[in-house]
Amino acid sequence: MSKVDTAASPGIIKNFFSQTVVLAQRSLTSELRQLATVLPGLLFPLLLAFTYTEQFERVLSLPGFPEVDSFLDFLLPATVLQMVSFGASNSGTELALDIENGFMDRLLASPVARVPVLIGRVAGSALLAGIKTAIIVLVFLADGARISSGFAGFIVLTLSASLLVVVIGGLSQILAIRSGSQEVVGATFPLIFVMIFMSSAFFPTELMSGWFKQLAEFNPMTWIIDPLRRLMIVGWSWSDATTALGILLLGSVLITGASVRTLQKKLSRP
Amino acid sequence: MQTSTKAANGISLSIAMAVCRRGISRVLSRPTILLPIVFMPVIMLISFTGAFGSLTRIEGYGSENIYDWMAPYVALQGSVFAGVFGSASTAEDFETGFFDRLLLTPGSRSSILLGTVMVSALRSLFPTVGVIVVALFGGLNLSGGLPAILLLAVASALMASVFCLFSLAIVYRFKTIRSLMIVQLVAFTSFFMTIGQVPLEFMTGWLHQVARFNPTTNVLRFARQGFLDGITWDLTWPGIVVFSVANIIGSVLAFHSLRRIGS
Repeated sequence: MSKVDTAASPGIIKNFFSQTVVLAQRSLTSELRQLATVLPGLLFPLLLAFTYTEQFERVLSLPGFPEVDSFLDFLLPATVLQMVSFGASNSGTELALDIENGFMDRLLASPVARVPVLIGRVAGSALLAGIKTAIIVLVFLADGARISSGFAGFIVLTLSASLLVVVIGGLSQILAIRSGSQEVVGATFPLIFVMIFMSSAFFPTELMSGWFKQLAEFNPMTWIIDPLRRLMIVGWSWSDATTALGILLLGSVLITGASVRTLQKKLSRP
Repeated sequence: MQTSTKAANGISLSIAMAVCRRGISRVLSRPTILLPIVFMPVIMLISFTGAFGSLTRIEGYGSENIYDWMAPYVALQGSVFAGVFGSASTAEDFETGFFDRLLLTPGSRSSILLGTVMVSALRSLFPTVGVIVVALFGGLNLSGGLPAILLLAVASALMASVFCLFSLAIVYRFKTIRSLMIVQLVAFTSFFMTIGQVPLEFMTGWLHQVARFNPTTNVLRFARQGFLDGITWDLTWPGIVVFSVANIIGSVLAFHSLRRIGS
C-alpha cells in the first residue's frame, strides 16, 4: 500500500455514515454474488448439529449433563456461533484481496475516511450473519428444538451472532492489513473453529476435567455460549442477555479500534 | 490470457520437482502457512480429547484412552488441511498471475499438478508428527509402535494427495481461495460423518447408515488399527481400495480442470 495522508478532513467525517453504508453494500453484494462460497458456512454448522445429535445421544445420560429433551436443544447457540465463524473472516479475506490487487490503494487515495473502509466490510457480513441466524433457528424449530425464552431470546441470539462477526471480522482485518495475504487470513479460520471446540459449545464444562476444563471456563466463547444456552433451554434472564451482549459489544469496540489503529500505523510507515 | 492448450504428453519430473521445491521454500519463507497444518490438528487433538474425554466413561466406547482413539483421526484431518492449503497456494498464484507464467513452461501441465500434490503429501507429515508428539505427552499408549506411526504417515500422505487433487479441481476452475470453502465443507463433512469421534455402535438413525458406508470410515480403520489393536490385512485392504479410487478420481477431475484453463 502506498503512503497517503492519514488525517481525515471534516468533509470526510461528515460523510462517514454514507460511506460506511456504501462499503457495506459492496461487501454484501460481493458475498451474495458468491453464494457457492456463502452457503457452506450455513450448511456445515447445521450438518454438524444434526450429526452430533445422532452421535452423542448416549451422552445425555451422563451425570452433569444439563436436562434437555434432545442434544439439538443444547447445540443451538453453538451452531449459530459456528455459522458466524465461517463467514466472519470474509471481510479480512476481501480486504487482503483488495490490498493484493491494488484496489485498497485506490480506495485510500479517494476521499473516504479510514474507519468506513474497515467497518463497511464488517457491517455487510454482520447483516448477513443476522439473516443466517434466522434461517438456522427456523431449521432447528422445524426439527423440534425450542427456545425457552421465546422471541426475546431469538433477538439476543441474532444480535450476538452479528456482534461476533464484528469481533472476528475485525481480527481478520488486522491480519489482512499486517500480512496483505488472503492465504494467511484464510489460514486463521480453523483457529476460530477450534476456539469454539475449546469452549462449552459442544460439551458442558462440568463434564470436562483438568486443565482443559479451566481453559474452557476461561475461553470467552464459553462466557458467550453459556448465557445464550441458558436463554435457549432454561428461560429468559436479563442477566444472561446482558452478559452475552455486553461481552460481545466490548469486544467489538476494542477490536474495531485496534483494526483502525493498525491501518493508520501501516499507512504512516514509509 | 491465451496460453498454449496443447500440453506435452509426458510428465516432466524436473518440473514437478521444481514446483515441489518452490512449495517447500514457500512454507519455509512464510511459516504462517504452517499454522493451520501443524497447530490446528494439535489444537484439535487437545480440544477433542479435552471436551469429549468423558466419552470413555460410557460403556462400549472404542478405547479407554481417548488419545488412542482421537490421535489418528486428528492427524488425518491435519493431512486434509495440508492437501487443501496446498491448493490454496495455487489459488494465490492465479490471483498474482504467476500461474499464467507457469503454464508457459515447456512441460506438460500434469507436471505442475504432480508437483503440487507432492508438496501437499510432504506437508502432511508435519501434522502427523505434531499430533503424535503431543498425544504422547498427553498419554497416548501407541500399542502398535513404529509400524503404527508409519501406517498413519502413509495414510496422511495419501489423504493429503486426495484432498489436494479435489481442491485443485475446484481452484483450477474458480481461481480463488474462497472457492476452497466448498472443499473444506466436503472434508469436514466426510470426517464428521464417520467413526472419528465415536464408534459406529454409538450412532443412531441416519448417521449410523451414513458412517457405515462413508469411505472415510475405512480410511480411519486403516490408519487407526495400530493405535487400538494389532495391524491386520482385514482392516488394511479396504483403506487401500479407498485411497486408490479417490486418488484416481481426484486426478481425473483435477487434470480435466487444468486442461480447460485457457482453452
